[in-house]
Amino acid sequence: MQDVKRTRISGRAVALSGNDIDTDRIIPARYLRAVTFDGLGEHAFEDDRKQLAEAGQQHPFDRPERAEAEILVVNRNFGCGSSREHAPQALMRWHRGIKAVVGESFAEIFFGNCVALGIPCVTAEPAAIRRLMAAVDADPELALTLDLEAGRVSFGAAGDGIDATMPEGPRGQLLSGRWDSTTELLEGAKQLAEVEAALPYGFSEAG
Amino acid sequence: MGKSLYDKVFDKHAVRKLESGQYQLMMGLHLIHEVTSPQAFAMLRERGLSVAYPGRTFATCDHIIPTTSQLRPFADDLAEQMLVELENNCKDNGIRYLSPEQGEQGIVHVVGPELGLTQPGMTVCCGDSHTSTHGAFGAIAFGIGTSQVRDVLATQSLAMGRLKVRRIEVEGRLSPGVYAKDVILYIIQQLGVQGGVGYAYEFAGSVFEGFSMEERMTVCNMSIEGGARVGYVNPDETTYGYLKGRPYAPSGAAWDRAREYWQSVRSDSDAEYAEVVRYDAADIEPMVTWGITPAQSTSVGGQVPEPERFEEADREVVREAYAYMDFEPGSAIAGKKVDVAFIGSCTNGRFSDFEEVVKHLQKSGKRVAKGVRALVVPGSQKVRARLVEAGYDRVFEEAGFEFREAGCSMCLAMNPDKLAGRELCASSSNRNFKGRQGSPTGRTLLMSPLMVAAAAVCGEVADARSVFGVS
Repeated sequence: MQDVKRTRISGRAVALSGNDIDTDRIIPARYLRAVTFDGLGEHAFEDDRKQLAEAGQQHPFDRPERAEAEILVVNRNFGCGSSREHAPQALMRWHRGIKAVVGESFAEIFFGNCVALGIPCVTAEPAAIRRLMAAVDADPELALTLDLEAGRVSFGAAGDGIDATMPEGPRGQLLSGRWDSTTELLEGAKQLAEVEAALPYGFSEAG
Repeated sequence: MGKSLYDKVFDKHAVRKLESGQYQLMMGLHLIHEVTSPQAFAMLRERGLSVAYPGRTFATCDHIIPTTSQLRPFADDLAEQMLVELENNCKDNGIRYLSPEQGEQGIVHVVGPELGLTQPGMTVCCGDSHTSTHGAFGAIAFGIGTSQVRDVLATQSLAMGRLKVRRIEVEGRLSPGVYAKDVILYIIQQLGVQGGVGYAYEFAGSVFEGFSMEERMTVCNMSIEGGARVGYVNPDETTYGYLKGRPYAPSGAAWDRAREYWQSVRSDSDAEYAEVVRYDAADIEPMVTWGITPAQSTSVGGQVPEPERFEEADREVVREAYAYMDFEPGSAIAGKKVDVAFIGSCTNGRFSDFEEVVKHLQKSGKRVAKGVRALVVPGSQKVRARLVEAGYDRVFEEAGFEFREAGCSMCLAMNPDKLAGRELCASSSNRNFKGRQGSPTGRTLLMSPLMVAAAAVCGEVADARSVFGVS
C-alpha cells in the first residue's frame, strides 16, 4: 500500500445529524459475516435507511443528490460501540467513498480505525457543526475543503469556514503520509525485541 | 508524585517514541477471533510479512459459532468459511487455536482469563472493543481495529498515545440483590457514554476490592460503553488467587518472579490522576436500561424519564430512544412485557453469573413465564462443563430455559440467535443499540443476570429482590 499525505481534502458533503451513532448502525453485524471488506459500502446505515424509508422519510445516504459526497459531517460521539473496522471500511466504500469526517466528537476506537485508513476525523464546536450542517443541507453541490495543516474546513464564500482540529499525533501521521503504521513499527523491531526479552512475565509451558 | 498502574505498565511496554509523538507500544498478549482477523492476515500476505511473535497470539471462535450445535460444517456457509479461514491462518502462522474440538473454545474475553493467559501488568489487545474486560487483572487491555490487528501480527506492537486516568471510587456496601452489572450501569449513567473518551478508568474503593475476579471482569468489560477504551482494577490477593494453577499462568520460581512484578505495578498511594470521582455503594439499585445507549438507564423502581430532565444536547437521543423503544416518558420500567430473556455474553457469561441465578431458581421453584423465550448461553466450553458438572443445566432446563453451547450468541446476532421483529429482550449483555440483537427493530433492556431471570419468570421487567425474596 502506498502512503499518501493527507493535507487537503476537498469534496461535496453529506450531513448526518444525531449524537451517539454507533458502529452497529453504521454497518449492521450481519454484514461482518465475511472474510473481506468488499461490498460493505452499499450496506452503510442500512437499517436506519430502511426504517426511515418505511416511515416515509429519507436518510441522507439515500438522497440521490448526496451520492457524490466525500466528506461526512456528524455530531457527538460518532462511531461509539464496537471496534469493527468494518464501519470506516463501509464509509470509504460508499459510492465515491468518504474521505474525511467532521464532527463534534468521535469514539476512540473508531477514530483510530479511521486514521489507520487515512481518513481524518476532525472536531469542531457544536455551534460550528450546526452552521456547517445547515450550509451542507442547503446546497448539495457545496464544496468543502478540509485543510488539515491549517485546522480549518472552508466552504461557501471566500473566507467562510470553521476551525476544525485533530490531536497532534494522528494529525502528524496524516500530514506526513505515515498513517499506515506497519512500516514505521517494523523499523523498531530490534528495540522491541529487547523490551520483549526483558518482560517479567510470560506464559507457562504447561498451557 | 507516584504513578498509576496505567503509567507503569505503559512505560514498561513503550519501545520508543514515534515521529508523530505517539509511542510504539509492545503488546504482551494478542487475542484474535474469526470476525476481525481474516482481513488482517490477508493484508500481511499482500505485503509479504509474517507473524513476528506467534507465541503471543491466541485464537478462538466466538461471534459466529452456533449455540445449538457446534458440529461442522455449520449450516451457515459464511460462518463456516470464516472459521476455516481462522483455522488455516492459525495453522499457517503457528498460532495456538483454542478450538471447540479440544474443549477450550469460548468468548475470547472469557477464555483468556480462564486459561491464565491474561495476567497483571500486561498489555492486552484484541480486535474487539470488550477487550477492556482483561483490565480486571490489572492489565492495560483495549480493543483495536483490523488494520491494528495487522500491525500487532506483523510487529507485536501498536502506535498509541497515552490516555489520561480517571479514578472511580465506589465505597461502602452494596445492598443484597445489587450486582457488579448494576455498579457499571450506574457509573455509565452518571458519566455518560462519551465521558470516558480519552481516559483509562481505574476502578477503586471497597466495592471493587471486595469483588471476585468475575465481578471485576463484568465492570471492566463495560468501560468501553462509557467511552473508556481501558478500564482496570489494581491486582491483589484476589487476582493472584484466581490465577494460581491456571494452565498458562506461571508456576514455581516463575510465579514468584511474576508476583513480585504484579505487586510492583499497583498504583502508588500518591499516584496522580487527571480526575477522581466517588460514588456511594448505598445509592446503587438494580438497574435497567430503557433506551438505545447503555447510559439510558434507571433503577428498577424508577420511571422512564421525561426528555426535559436531560440537557438540551441529550434530548434528541432521548426522543429517538422513545420512538424506537415505543415507551411512554414517565411510565414505570417495571411491568414492561418481555418476549425474550438472554443470560450470557462476555459481560455476564461466567460461572458465578449462572450460579447466582440457579441458586434463586432452585430456592423459589419459579419457572419461565408462558410466551417467553429464555436462553442460557455459557461464555465458554469450560464454563459450560462446570455448570453441567454441578447439575445446573438441569436446573435451568427444568425452569424452562434453553441451555446452549458456548458463544457470543444473542449479544450481537452474528449467529442464528436473534430477536425477531420488535421483540423486547431482557438481556445480561452490554449493548442496547438499535438492531444490536439481530432484528433491525428489536429492543434490548440491559440488566444483571438475576434481573433477567426475574423478567423471564414474570414475563415482564420486575425487581429480582422481590421476585426471589433476596434480602
